Amino acid sequence: MAITAPQVRRLTSVETKLYLREPAAIFFAIGLPIGLFLILGGTIPDFMKADPELGGLRPIDTHLPGMMILLCVLTCAFSLLPTVLVTYRERGILRRMSTTPVSPVTVLGVQLVLNVATTLVTTLLMLVIGNLVYDVPFPRAPLAFTGVLLLGMVSSFAIGLLLAALSRNSRVAQGLGMAVFFPNLFFAGMWVPRALMPEAVRVVADFTPSGAFGAAIVQVLTDGTAQWLHIGVMAAWAVGAGVVAVRFFRWS
Amino acid sequence: MAIITVQNLRKQYGDKVAVKDVSFSVEEGEIYGIVGRNGAGKTTTVECVAGLRKPDGGSIRVDADLKQQVGVQLQESMMPDKLRVREALDLYASFYANPAPVQALLDEVGLDPNVAFAKLSGGQRQRLSIALALVGNPKVAILDELTTGLDPQARRETWELITRIRDRGVTVLLVTHFMEEVERLCDRVAVISKGTVLTVDTPAGLISRSGGVQRVTFKSTVPVDSLKDLPEVHSVTVEAGQVIVTGDDNVLRAVVTALPSTAVSNIKTETSTMDDAFLALTGE
Repeated sequence: MAITAPQVRRLTSVETKLYLREPAAIFFAIGLPIGLFLILGGTIPDFMKADPELGGLRPIDTHLPGMMILLCVLTCAFSLLPTVLVTYRERGILRRMSTTPVSPVTVLGVQLVLNVATTLVTTLLMLVIGNLVYDVPFPRAPLAFTGVLLLGMVSSFAIGLLLAALSRNSRVAQGLGMAVFFPNLFFAGMWVPRALMPEAVRVVADFTPSGAFGAAIVQVLTDGTAQWLHIGVMAAWAVGAGVVAVRFFRWS
Repeated sequence: MAIITVQNLRKQYGDKVAVKDVSFSVEEGEIYGIVGRNGAGKTTTVECVAGLRKPDGGSIRVDADLKQQVGVQLQESMMPDKLRVREALDLYASFYANPAPVQALLDEVGLDPNVAFAKLSGGQRQRLSIALALVGNPKVAILDELTTGLDPQARRETWELITRIRDRGVTVLLVTHFMEEVERLCDRVAVISKGTVLTVDTPAGLISRSGGVQRVTFKSTVPVDSLKDLPEVHSVTVEAGQVIVTGDDNVLRAVVTALPSTAVSNIKTETSTMDDAFLALTGE
């Protein structure tokens, strides 16, 4: 089954339209992170105070955008992507497509690209709006920032695919997604920043996919560097979850 | 020339044998029916032909590219709720190397291109499903229970659509448990029961083989038990004041001769139908 240009073009266009017709998806993946960034940044004075620990930067330059990017990635990876894939399987859409010349890899790839594009849109909007509204500097090491972002997305989406592979139906996918989503937000430092976590919790967090992602993205926004530990943990989750997902994914 | 040849097909799910031993062949350009009761193995058979299931035994030969040239309409296949009719057709058209013109298909199935899938009625969904099975310009269309759940009007329209498709040279493999559909559409049918083929014939052949049964119904003011002894009569039943007598071609004359004419009213006769033929074959 060859992948042809018309298939990719048409699938991308149709899936994008379907995506835009779900206001909830757009709200949670784009509106909520950017809205929270603007509101929290504008209402909590501590976010605006320069912190010597951050090399003179403010939390609104580092921690807050890092967490909001992560919120968007986890929403796409743990909720939107698995729900769509499992719903497609549940409704026989993937099975129906399997009788046509289109390759399942094309169908899956378009979904992934769409979710990756959403997180990139949110990230870019956040950087530009942050810069215009709160004078947030652009990442000082754009390549390292992009690398951390992509690796964080790959590991998160691999886990999302694993959730889709393991979920019997869309209700299970949603439940499982939420069960993974909130602990991961916690370990990422959404409610208690990593620096304030007790030592034991921080060690555990460093080995969770979102803990490593959150720590790495905040650090790369702070000083332009990343730790090998976090990169290694993200890569390990990406490969591990990816392999298991491919092994167990069913089209019908 | 046979375009589909199935020989000794066998398929089981765990311990349950869904298809025991099915063989048949479909000629190019015909509408071939697979009929049988629920659970007889019809869907499993055509899903094996369509390449959706892997047979456990036997052989299937389809003289066409399974993905490019075989269009499939599955039972209970849904689309995303917010996908519109035209988008669905454009999307599926893009999958094929040599798709049919979408506008012509839309006209043929008579669907509003801008309606979302969730807003389509059952009949409209079936028509979309048929259009999607045809959008690749197939040589063979496999249609599974295509009129189940449709109202009589929608059913008739769907039958006309299938006839037009056949007239364009498409071979149609049709699964159904609806005998009027078989009679109206099919050139030949395979009757499947408990995973095996009972017989293959034309619909007319099946009816005549079931023995040309006649059925007479009437109301009677006198006892009718004596009718059972007449040689022309096969059976006598009384249901809600209505007497139903079945028998051979002369059964009507035998009944009116045997009973006083003033005692009998509301006489109706029916010749045997595809339903009778099917029931006789599958043993009920």
